[in-house]
Amino acid sequence: MEAILIAVLILLGVALVFGALLGFASIRFKVDGNPIVDQIDSLLPQTQCGQCGHPGCRPYAEAIANGEPINKCPPGGESTINALADLLDVEPLPLDAEHGEEQVKSVAFIREDECIGCTKCIQACPVDAILGAAKQMHTVIVSECTGCDLCVEPCPVDCIDMIPIETTLSTWSWAEPMPGVQLIATDRGRGADQQVNNDSDNHTDDSDQRGNAA
Amino acid sequence: MALIHVSSPHTNRSGKAGHVMRQVILATLPGLAALCYYFGWGPLINVLFASGLALLFEAAVLKLRNRPLGFYLGDLSAVLTAFLLALALPPYIPWWVTTIGIFVAIVIAKQLYGGLGQNPFNPAMIAYALLLIAFPVEMTRWSAPETLLEGPLPGFGDSLAIIFGQLALPDGVTLATPLETFKHKGGLTGEELWASSTLLNNLEPWQAISLAYLLGGVYLLVRKVYTWHIPVSMLGSLLLIAGLFYAADPSNYAPPLFHLTVGATMLGAFFIATDPVTAATSNKGKLIFGASIGILVYLIRNWGNYPDAIAFAVLLMNLTAPFLDYYTRPRTYGHKQAERGIARK
Amino acid sequence: MSRIWSFHGGIHPPENKQQSLLKPLRQAPIPPQLIIPLQQHIGAPATPLVEVGERVLKGQAIAEPSGHVSIYQHAPTSGIVSHIGNYSVPHPSGMEGLCIQIDTDGKDEWIEHQGVEDFRSLEKPALAEMIRCAGISGMGGAGFPTEIKLHLADDHIINTLIVNAVECEPYITADDMLMRERAAQIIGGIEIAAHLIKPTHCLIGIEDNKPEAAIALTQAARASEIEIEVVVVPTKYPSGGEKQLVKLLTGVEVPYGKIPADIGIVVQNVGTMSAVNQAVKQGKPLISRITTLTGDALDSPGNFEVLLGTPVEFLLQQAGLNPMSLNRLVMGGPMMGYTLSDTSVPVVKTSNCVIAATEEEFPQAPPAQNCIRCGQCEQVCPAELLPQQLHWFAKGKEFDKAQSFNLMDCIECGACAYVCPSNIPLVQYYRFAKGEIRREQAEQRKAEQARIRFEARQERQEREKEEKAAKRKARAEAASRSQANRKDQVAAGKPAAADPQEQIKKLKTEAAVARTKLKKAEKALAEDTANTELQAAVEVARSKSEQAQQALEAAEKASPAPAPTLAELKIAAATARTKVTKTEKALADAEAKGAASADKLRASLDGLRAKAEAAQQALEKAEQAEKTGSSSKPAAPAADLKQLKSAASIARTKLKKAQKALDQAREDRADTAELEQQLATAQQKADTTQQAFEAAEKAADQADGGQAAPAADAPDLKALKSAASIARTKLKKTQKVIDQAREDGKDTGALEQQLAKLQQKADDAQKAFEEAEKAEQSSSPAPQPAADKPDLKALKSAASIARTKLKKTQKVVDQAREDGKDTSALEQQLTKLQQKADDAQKAFEAAEQAEAGSNTSQPTDAGSDLKAPDLKQLKSAAAIARTKVKKTEKALADAQAQGSESADSLATALDKLKAKASQAEQALAEAEQNSETVG
Repeated sequence: MEAILIAVLILLGVALVFGALLGFASIRFKVDGNPIVDQIDSLLPQTQCGQCGHPGCRPYAEAIANGEPINKCPPGGESTINALADLLDVEPLPLDAEHGEEQVKSVAFIREDECIGCTKCIQACPVDAILGAAKQMHTVIVSECTGCDLCVEPCPVDCIDMIPIETTLSTWSWAEPMPGVQLIATDRGRGADQQVNNDSDNHTDDSDQRGNAA
Repeated sequence: MALIHVSSPHTNRSGKAGHVMRQVILATLPGLAALCYYFGWGPLINVLFASGLALLFEAAVLKLRNRPLGFYLGDLSAVLTAFLLALALPPYIPWWVTTIGIFVAIVIAKQLYGGLGQNPFNPAMIAYALLLIAFPVEMTRWSAPETLLEGPLPGFGDSLAIIFGQLALPDGVTLATPLETFKHKGGLTGEELWASSTLLNNLEPWQAISLAYLLGGVYLLVRKVYTWHIPVSMLGSLLLIAGLFYAADPSNYAPPLFHLTVGATMLGAFFIATDPVTAATSNKGKLIFGASIGILVYLIRNWGNYPDAIAFAVLLMNLTAPFLDYYTRPRTYGHKQAERGIARK
Repeated sequence: MSRIWSFHGGIHPPENKQQSLLKPLRQAPIPPQLIIPLQQHIGAPATPLVEVGERVLKGQAIAEPSGHVSIYQHAPTSGIVSHIGNYSVPHPSGMEGLCIQIDTDGKDEWIEHQGVEDFRSLEKPALAEMIRCAGISGMGGAGFPTEIKLHLADDHIINTLIVNAVECEPYITADDMLMRERAAQIIGGIEIAAHLIKPTHCLIGIEDNKPEAAIALTQAARASEIEIEVVVVPTKYPSGGEKQLVKLLTGVEVPYGKIPADIGIVVQNVGTMSAVNQAVKQGKPLISRITTLTGDALDSPGNFEVLLGTPVEFLLQQAGLNPMSLNRLVMGGPMMGYTLSDTSVPVVKTSNCVIAATEEEFPQAPPAQNCIRCGQCEQVCPAELLPQQLHWFAKGKEFDKAQSFNLMDCIECGACAYVCPSNIPLVQYYRFAKGEIRREQAEQRKAEQARIRFEARQERQEREKEEKAAKRKARAEAASRSQANRKDQVAAGKPAAADPQEQIKKLKTEAAVARTKLKKAEKALAEDTANTELQAAVEVARSKSEQAQQALEAAEKASPAPAPTLAELKIAAATARTKVTKTEKALADAEAKGAASADKLRASLDGLRAKAEAAQQALEKAEQAEKTGSSSKPAAPAADLKQLKSAASIARTKLKKAQKALDQAREDRADTAELEQQLATAQQKADTTQQAFEAAEKAADQADGGQAAPAADAPDLKALKSAASIARTKLKKTQKVIDQAREDGKDTGALEQQLAKLQQKADDAQKAFEEAEKAEQSSSPAPQPAADKPDLKALKSAASIARTKLKKTQKVVDQAREDGKDTSALEQQLTKLQQKADDAQKAFEAAEQAEAGSNTSQPTDAGSDLKAPDLKQLKSAAAIARTKVKKTEKALADAQAQGSESADSLATALDKLKAKASQAEQALAEAEQNSETVG
């Protein structure tokens, strides 16, 4: 009986000590804010395009921290998904096509002689990268444009184009070397199939675009 | 005039991986010749048979993996694996043992990991270890060298017949290896054993073979196929540890030179441990890698269940190669110390 | 002899230097054209100082630095600047860059220049400026502006000047030749550099494979006033790398992320030193350099003194090129040089060598085999990296790991790739990985920037909201304060009767209070119908309210109705309407709930409606009265019009809301009949308001017309335009909803009806707008062409909006067609839109023509000034027309390819468009001609 009592007392004592320790630690080493959200946010491309269904990158970062899938960011694409998967230690998923597809990096361009000065695009731009005033021609500050294309839809005269960013002498870099042997002969089966698939995909894309444009 | 657009450098020391393999194969030839001189046609038949099989298996797997045959077979890595395994096998091993060994080496230990350059373990040694465990009888049935044989060596036809199961290996031909002899010396002291064993007093065949391997190894060193680090550190550490024990208790332990010249020590030091794919790559790492193999060889030979230990020692150290590489990263020019991990951010 | 250290790794490739040393230094002739790239160096490209057609003299500055790290460019010979544009430049990408092209005149006429023999007499800044103005950049490798390097002593303690004469790359002998021929010049340059940076040691590092050059330098150095030591180092590639040479000569390593100056060392190339000497002592800028032309495809390889900007193909001809055997053209050495895919590329300040190689000389690398981890790359890496690990990381795109293995320290010397037995293009892997890392870093920076801007914007919006709220609050407070004041005044016994307005207001408030009470009571009653007490209370409240109302009306009747009544009436009408809608809503709610109070509510609704109508009528009457009475005051109707307009817009908003509610309900598959009814009433109301608005506007227009005040008209037009555009937007949105519904397979009949209604309304608005415009045009005839311009703009934007709508509708139609849906209705709509767009376009063109006519009639009025924008507009109109034609053609082609039935209609549309385009084109041409004749 006494032994049991002693055991219980000891356990109780231990529990108290550890409880006190933990309590102390929770106050002493309190982490302000939610650093994981900041970390996620720093990995997102900050285009603020809203394609993920959240009003900006930070809200999506918060949503990811709360368990939302990491594959809803088309501007970030595969690299962002991989980085997020790395950070959160989860499996990288393929990009969710529902939120759009990964596209070439581009910037908005206003065909200035068609602009009627409605300021709608200025209001739509999440990073204030469009300059202009009512009844005045608008223009895009290229260095600030994130290419989110949120300004394209509101334009009443469709005078905003998304122009892919071109490589210049200063941004050019060598491409990844072709895997030597695969180039000449190998993967004859697999490689060729992929090629064909890619081609056919491209074709369908093209025809879609043409259909829309017509 | 179509000018090509490629990245520098525009010149290249003419050499291919196949070239490296070819040189290594070439360097094994003195050893093979010595083996044949002392043990007859068996080793040659084994090597040729194994090479053919290796090419066959490699081709089959490449076909399955949709790779171009000519390109990958041309690197000769399969042939080299076959050579190394066949040289390590007893001279008149049955053909099916070789077949299983080559299958394991090429298909399982190499191609299943992604082919040349991707395998973590030395394929030949994986196969050797597996055969040793699975077929201990066949794997320990070494024939005697010609110098210790009463009769003549079997001829080429007889050798073929023996290997392919048409003829039994004559009883008088089999003999324990020096290492086995020493391991199973029973209660005898070193001196007594040395005095009683004719085998141990006639070690020239093994010494000659070791010398032949050493010759090949030096050739490879001169041709800069690999650096001196692994062989020197391995032989050095083996010499050192054997010397220490021999000096402490000469009656119980074999002399250091005995360890260097018998068994597969030289083959291991110059042809197996130096396999670049599975060894450590940094110079410091190579030194540790080689020295550890030397010590492991001595430990297993003396206190392990098996008389020789090259395969196990090499495989054990293969396991540690990535670890060694990680902790022996050289300091980059302009940096204070080598950096580890990816914590720098 | 000072001590020599060594660096890790290195290789000994075949040198192949003797071929180009067989012949002495030759002077390359002046080519017919020189191409001077504006970027021949690290940093920002230079800015041109000359214009096309300008004659330049040899040595004249033709481009100036733009920024700190940038250099001057000079004309290498005299001639005429024939073009400034993009040409292929020496760059691994083979891309084009901005260049100045000079047609040489062969006179080789120098600009006036003067050197300073006694440079020590010059102030240091003046000396540095001389070097800067000579446009000298590092001639060995990257091309870093030399003058900046010579300034390093200003903020660093420099104790060693190292002159790089190593020239470790195979094939290249340009520096070797320079040292043999011009050792004294090099020493002179070193003296100048030493004077500027005051080092304690001057070392010249030279490989032992250039004994002649070493002897020449040593002799020249002996003659120098300062102590210059020539250090012969063993031949090993890449001893000439800056970091490797520093280690080799001083035993010190340049720390990661630092420059040699941080450890007290400045490294300069021998060629640069020679150029510095020339710039200071003779005043000649850097306009030529020694370039090695070598390779098996040349008959007479050798070193040439070449004018910068000389095309490589011209040079190769001088060295006897065999075009048939040329396979690979390399600028630079075989280890680090890059291939040229265009032989018209010019020689620049960093071009030390051009190798015209045959296929046997530089055979194509065999396909890469697997890495066998042989570690040979590691043995030769001069930066002590782990090339094979970096290769795995680059291949696996694990760039962060590659970075942690110090990929960025790679100097891309190519030693690893040279020894690789598996022929892996290691250097390209590293270049790829470095490019990706740089790109990622740039993206990271941009993302950070975007994040900051986004957050700033959000903050601003938040602040604006708060400010608005604060303002509203302040206004409300001010209002209540003034009311309190007034109350005080009333309490103070001021003669209330003196101000009937005041009294009416008070009465109104009382009536309102009574009504509110009544409402509350009614509500309570509705909740608890059984309560008789409540009913009684309601009765009481009602009677009280009616009394108050009566009192109010009596007072109102009694008091004369001066100007502000109109506004008040309007408010009253608006309140009545609001009340009506509220009650309607309540009714709908009640009906939906099936409450018993619905009947009562309905009754009250009817009452309210009647009241609202009365208010409206009163308002209209008052307005008419006002209009007739105030024709002499044109400003007033404008204000009324504004109010009316806002009423109309409120009505429209309500309509929109109702539609939304309806859509919502429909989506929820609720019973929508009531809502639809409600919608219809709202619609009607909106229509009436709109009509009222239009009537008022017409009246205003008439009133205005007599007064010839077109300025007042403009805002109305604008308002009308915006009304029209809003109508169109609504139309667009409804179409979208319909499309959505159609996609979802829902019944869209009702919606379509609505759409048609909206369409009509939009058309009406458009018509009204056009009429107004026409009226205005007729009312504002020729004498005021300036007033016309905004209209033209407006018309243009109207036209463009119409076109856009058209485009969008076409898209919708196409979509529908693809989905195999019935598109006839949509197509009809489309044709309508088309017509409208055409009308708009026509109106625009007519307006333009009219304007043009009015302009031509007054050629004295600076007509050409006015012309320019018109021309522009016409041009853009023509361009748009062309674009449309093109697009339609594409669509037609698609349609034909798909064998679709719509091809015919598209074809006719195309014809029409083409005709229109040609009209536009014609108009443009005419206008242009006109402007020419006028101008």
